[in-house]
Amino acid sequence: MTFTTHTGNRGLVLEEKLIFEQGQAGRTGVDLPEPKGTKSRLGGLDRDSDVGLPGLSEPQVVRHFTRLSQKNFGIDSGFFPLGSCTMKHNPRINEKVARLPGLADLHPMQPESTVQGALELIDQCAHWLLVLTGMPAVAMSPAAGAQGELCGMMAIRAALDARGENRRRVLVPESAHGTNPATAAACGFTVDSIPATEDGRVDLAAFEAKLGDDVAGIMLTNPNTCGLFERDVRKIADLVHAAGGYFYCDGANFNAIVGRVRPADLGIDAMHINLHKTFSTPHGGGGPGSGPVVFSDALAPFAPIPYVVRTEDGFRLVETADENDGTKPFGRLKGFHGQMGMFIRALAYMKSHGSDGLRQASGDAVLNANYLLARLKDKLSVAYPGYCMHEALFDDGFLKDTGVSTLDLAKAIIDEGFHPMTMYFPLVVHGALLVEPTETETKESIDQFCDAVLSLVAKAQAGDAEFFKNAPYLTPRRRLDETAAARKPVLRWMPETA
Amino acid sequence: MRYLPLTRADRASMLETIGAASVEELYHDVPDGALLDAPVDLPSHLGEMQVERDMMALAAKNTGASSVPSFLGAGAYRHHVPATVDYVIQRGEFLTAYTPYQPEIAQGTLQYLFEFQTQVASITGMDVANASMWDGATSCAEAVLMACRATRRKKAVLSGGVHPHYREVTETYCQFSDTEVAGRDGNPEQQATVEELDDLIDDQTACVVVQYPDVFGRVQDHTKLAEVCHAKGALLVVVFTEAVAFGAIKSPGSFGADIVCGEGQSIGNALSYGGPYVGLFATTQKLVRQMPGRLCGETVDQDGKRGFVLTLSTREQHIRREKATSNICTNAGLCSLAFTVHMSLLGEDGYRRLATLNHENACKAADALDAVDGVTVVNDSFFNEFTVKLSKPAADVLEVLVDKGVLGGVPLSRLYPNRSDLDNYLLVAVTETNTDEDIAALADALKEALA
Repeated sequence: MTFTTHTGNRGLVLEEKLIFEQGQAGRTGVDLPEPKGTKSRLGGLDRDSDVGLPGLSEPQVVRHFTRLSQKNFGIDSGFFPLGSCTMKHNPRINEKVARLPGLADLHPMQPESTVQGALELIDQCAHWLLVLTGMPAVAMSPAAGAQGELCGMMAIRAALDARGENRRRVLVPESAHGTNPATAAACGFTVDSIPATEDGRVDLAAFEAKLGDDVAGIMLTNPNTCGLFERDVRKIADLVHAAGGYFYCDGANFNAIVGRVRPADLGIDAMHINLHKTFSTPHGGGGPGSGPVVFSDALAPFAPIPYVVRTEDGFRLVETADENDGTKPFGRLKGFHGQMGMFIRALAYMKSHGSDGLRQASGDAVLNANYLLARLKDKLSVAYPGYCMHEALFDDGFLKDTGVSTLDLAKAIIDEGFHPMTMYFPLVVHGALLVEPTETETKESIDQFCDAVLSLVAKAQAGDAEFFKNAPYLTPRRRLDETAAARKPVLRWMPETA
Repeated sequence: MRYLPLTRADRASMLETIGAASVEELYHDVPDGALLDAPVDLPSHLGEMQVERDMMALAAKNTGASSVPSFLGAGAYRHHVPATVDYVIQRGEFLTAYTPYQPEIAQGTLQYLFEFQTQVASITGMDVANASMWDGATSCAEAVLMACRATRRKKAVLSGGVHPHYREVTETYCQFSDTEVAGRDGNPEQQATVEELDDLIDDQTACVVVQYPDVFGRVQDHTKLAEVCHAKGALLVVVFTEAVAFGAIKSPGSFGADIVCGEGQSIGNALSYGGPYVGLFATTQKLVRQMPGRLCGETVDQDGKRGFVLTLSTREQHIRREKATSNICTNAGLCSLAFTVHMSLLGEDGYRRLATLNHENACKAADALDAVDGVTVVNDSFFNEFTVKLSKPAADVLEVLVDKGVLGGVPLSRLYPNRSDLDNYLLVAVTETNTDEDIAALADALKEALA
């Protein structure tokens, strides 16, 4: 039965205005003491105009954000197989311990003697990352994966400068995440793209042909963005080293191999680890992330400040370069010392799993992805043959001549109650659908997703394109006009002018 | 393991469907010898109770900033965060969502980002703001790079009042892109004049960066500096470390700033030993397409209803790759939500009153400290943080204060380790959380330490 309501609400789906449209002068959500009227010492710059903020009471604010939350899909809501983003369960114990006053309520500039537990925690988190990767050094401060990339590539620039070499070309596979070329460019490198083979890996011959004495290194994601392990990874490492370059590994997909393969055994020089992917710190609607970088002996001296060292008298935080200890930090990447709140959560996660559980988790992630691949491969078009790692990649060949696009299918999947897979990435596959179930999904939920996708594919192939073009039907908002949003950007609320 | 739902029977039947004999077979592409056949040398799994115990043991080795009288600032500030904030950000629909790639099922995130952008633009006095950066220091670096793009110039002049971490991060970001970072050394006793900064601006200068209030706590008018910059084709970038300040002082937008960016931690976010925090980034309508980071915009859906989407993404790395305005991908989503909720609770009256209370408490503390022998308040102007000169090296005095159970401030020697001339200076921050007893405790402890 379709009908419109007076309010525009539809049962539990409630319309919610902006806070700016709800505010009333004289309302507030905080009770602060009355100021005493002290004469100000603001240099004569006392604010003399309104800020323009709305006044709301606490119950209004709670209701507002509760209603907004109900328009969101999270991992807690349901199956969220967003490929390359690793939407695994976020344990609540991690949230609880991150809020312990002895950890959350520490000022970053407290004297070392008052934060020994915090420094020990960073050191422990670093130790787990070092053992799991087999690498000799780690920089903990990068704020997110993309800053981890910056950290790794800056260390490479610094190492080349120290060698007095002007190598400026970085080889990047065309399947790479966009942050790779963007990062290389930000470090003053030029980007040279390496093609992929028919089976979705780096074309070794093309790669070798591109090597030369101007090559700074390679940025390679492994397992790669097609969800495949680069089987020639050691050869790639040997070749780039023989040519005088470095091997930056994008560790976005470390979750597939953690506890089973140590990146050190593959010949890498630097790799960032997304704590919000592999080690379950919450994605939070787009951050905060955290991107520690492990380094080989060749790059370790160039790691950024600050870093924690263990001494006989306890832990120390090194905040300035010391010319006497043999290090040559390339600089500082972030204010203070890194994403402490994320280290706490990641450490709680690693301790919960332990060495045995982490190995089980990566195995289950790969098993779940291959199971999903096996269930869908006959009806969808698999991008590359063989087993996958933690995510399964399809192209849009199965939608050929149906008039239905990858986007249309994704929107119909939304109506079925799932978050869609990653669409149109990696770019090397036409109309890509990248599906990553993660290890925290049940077989039942994967089966339900596969059954739903198969029924939609049958519907598409039966010629019902119109149904897909207009999906989703059941969401708080239907398809949004992104072209209009970009053509005339409205990026803030403005009061209506009379 | 409590997070792993597959049973032994599940695994067996799934392997059968796949047609593989074992999970190891799925790893057949791993080179010989690299596939481990046993767990690495780390402890085995723990139950939730044991994990909690371990983490509590680490926490117990620290002195929480709220457990003692505490006066630390220098870019991170202790404020009271209403319980509502932490409740909202722990709702799973916010906590466990990701970047709103599918706007139909992410209107919650997108609407609060639109509200966040409006709040940030409002307090800074600018036209538009983005959906957040990683922190204040990286925002400063990104602002310099943006100014270089917008002016096609390759030099930035940083005032001595800019936080040393912000300067260091900016230098790090600029060092490999042939961008020169010039500027002056910080001096708590003397402020740079407009004329002195003017002398550093040449025809290659993309921007001048000042901090407001500056790292020593001083509040300075930059209207004239904006005019000088604009006359020479450079942009004025105003950075800040304390977002509460704009409830009491004129906005940087009112000076004619082109980019205003800084740290948003002090609204809604815990100290958390330095991170995660939230970078705020605002600019003028004219420069919006040069901005780094994600932007949320208003639009309509198929039924004509108002909705929100990520927009102007042709600036970003996933579209532009090596030609993107920045390599930033994930930002500080949940921290920006904390900011938005706290700011919504404050509203106009609360925000301005909070700022006034901070300033009044700081005035009270400045008077109390100035009365102590061996302590001189250096600042003429300040918001909630000021510099004092001590008769002894500040770092040593602070250690004595720690023994007396007081976290007395940040010694400038920590921020400027190579500047022995600043050894006797201490930066003191005072917020609404500091009681009269706290202030008295600090004054008494200093009296004893300096006697």
